[in-house]
Amino acid sequence: MAELLFWPALLLYGEAAVGYFGDLRGPGRAGRAATWGVRLGWLTQTALLGVQAVRDDGFPWGTWASSLDLFVWLVVSAYLIWGCRRRYRLLGLVVMPLAVALLAVSRAGGGTGIGSASHYSNLFLVVHVGLVLAAFAGFTLAAALSGLYVWEERQLQTRPATILRRQMPALATLDGLALRTVAWSVPLLTLGAAVGLVRLVVRGDRLDVLIAATAATWIVWSAYLGLRLLGGWSGRRAAYLALTGFVLVVIVRLALPATHFA
Amino acid sequence: MMRLVLVGTSHHHAPIELREQVALDPRDAQALAARLVEGGREAVCLSTCNRTELYVAAGEAEQAEKDAVAALASLEPDVEPALYRLHDRAAAHHLFRVAAGLDSLVPGEGEILGQVRLAYELGTAGPFLDRVFRQALHTGRKVRAQTAIGESPASVSAAAAALAEQVFGSLEGRSILLLGAGKVSDQAARNLRSRGAEITLAANSKTVRERIDEQLEAVDVVIASTNAAGLVLEAAAVADALRRRKGRRLLLVDLAVPRDLDPAIGELDGCYLYDIDDLEQIVVETLLLRRQEAERAEAIVAAEAEKFHEWHSSLDVVPAIASLRARAEAIREAELQKAESRLGRLDEGQRRAVEAVTAQIVNKLLHLPTVRMKQAAAAADGVLYAEAVRHLFGLGEDER
Repeated sequence: MAELLFWPALLLYGEAAVGYFGDLRGPGRAGRAATWGVRLGWLTQTALLGVQAVRDDGFPWGTWASSLDLFVWLVVSAYLIWGCRRRYRLLGLVVMPLAVALLAVSRAGGGTGIGSASHYSNLFLVVHVGLVLAAFAGFTLAAALSGLYVWEERQLQTRPATILRRQMPALATLDGLALRTVAWSVPLLTLGAAVGLVRLVVRGDRLDVLIAATAATWIVWSAYLGLRLLGGWSGRRAAYLALTGFVLVVIVRLALPATHFA
Repeated sequence: MMRLVLVGTSHHHAPIELREQVALDPRDAQALAARLVEGGREAVCLSTCNRTELYVAAGEAEQAEKDAVAALASLEPDVEPALYRLHDRAAAHHLFRVAAGLDSLVPGEGEILGQVRLAYELGTAGPFLDRVFRQALHTGRKVRAQTAIGESPASVSAAAAALAEQVFGSLEGRSILLLGAGKVSDQAARNLRSRGAEITLAANSKTVRERIDEQLEAVDVVIASTNAAGLVLEAAAVADALRRRKGRRLLLVDLAVPRDLDPAIGELDGCYLYDIDDLEQIVVETLLLRRQEAERAEAIVAAEAEKFHEWHSSLDVVPAIASLRARAEAIREAELQKAESRLGRLDEGQRRAVEAVTAQIVNKLLHLPTVRMKQAAAAADGVLYAEAVRHLFGLGEDER
């Protein structure tokens, strides 16, 4: 069953990614097809996660590969909040190819099947893994918004005649949305990481590289929040800081997890 | 049968000197339309700066056309050679194109839809023109919803306002510094104000420099359009203001020739500088997009004109269909009454069942002839079919 749902989800996300590229060339039908690809793909992946949750005896996204599956779902869910609006279609150019790639990696690691339940308690996993992944999904979306900001600002400064042809969100809107997304995500990471740390101390386990990298990620995104709310940062400076924070998210999600999950 | 007649002139056919002689304000347009209403006629006058058109629905198309020409010629006799005259489907097609903005100077301009609505509301529309104008308004809305024809700015001032929205999003509460005054800068400022922005200072040659520098620190948009021979604002002054603005974005629009704003301002972080050439190129590009979208819009309009034609043609056969159904119903009721004496006393349930069965038989028998007559009407054979039905079923002249 999970197998039956994985492929349609991947194909629909893939169709959305291709559709967004088509929309870049000429706004219209391709963009609408992409939007429907995201919606239907998300529904299919939601069903896939549902099947995983029902079949496994426990929280099924506790492994590195299966957590990627949940991470993709969270990223697409966050994107869906604005992504289906016409002006935000360009954001799909960043989000959907990433979703396709990560879902494929998750499958390659065996994360989209059944039998990924961890020996940890469900409550701990829901709070720790769920919150950390939700925060990382938020950071991913904030980075995509910031990337779009940098690109759009460059467009506005180079003044191409086509600047108004591609309907894009306003710079101020992108800036504000990135801030709001991070403002939700930092507390989620703080709580999720705190739960993990408490357990670490209680069990007397040692810190690993992933925990250190996650702490660095937390510092960067908290600094982003602090500098924006208290230091008056906005615009390009803030966008570059968000993109730096995203590099850490990528490292934590892709490069280091083996040490932690092992 | 009612015919649709259009007589009018527009920017395609008449120069401004002639158009202004027949341009009417809404009340005068209403009065002109009222003059044409007699003997069951309906009339609507659409008058804008680009066109004056009379739409008349009448049984006699030729006479209605003559009267409409005479009405317009009474405003200006020289207009007669510049008048176009369209009937039925062509007239409806023209009206739908007008409502969609396809006949406008700038394709897709939005104001015309409101003008068509106003003309319709003030005109003397009866059931026929009511349907035609409602379909025209529907077509105008549909074109704007399903194509991007009206989405991009079509003038320099609208482009400046659209750029401000691209930078700031909502312009509610945003502030503008106006340097100098000119027609285009006035229009740009008006455009921004209509979106919620406010002019905090309209500076002229007498305004002290310190006041401008002070405003430069606070405002969101600067529009420059002075007659100065040299630069009015140097990059150093803007850079100085930017330091105090703490990263807040600043859009500068230079509408002057020679330019008022130092081109180096465009290199500063957080500054977006557009001169008149940039804006004109944007307008050229967006007009190109509108023309591309116009092709899709024309297809929508053509489909609507076809729908009008089908409906209009069906009017040929509607009286015959109504007579046929009335005759069938009369026969059914008469036969039922006769049968009642033979069937004996029927209770309410039995009576309803017999009524239903006989009505169903009549409906089923008449369904296909009705459909075929409507199809024939759309293919221009409607009158022949209607006559044949009247003859075959003996429908009297009084029923026509």
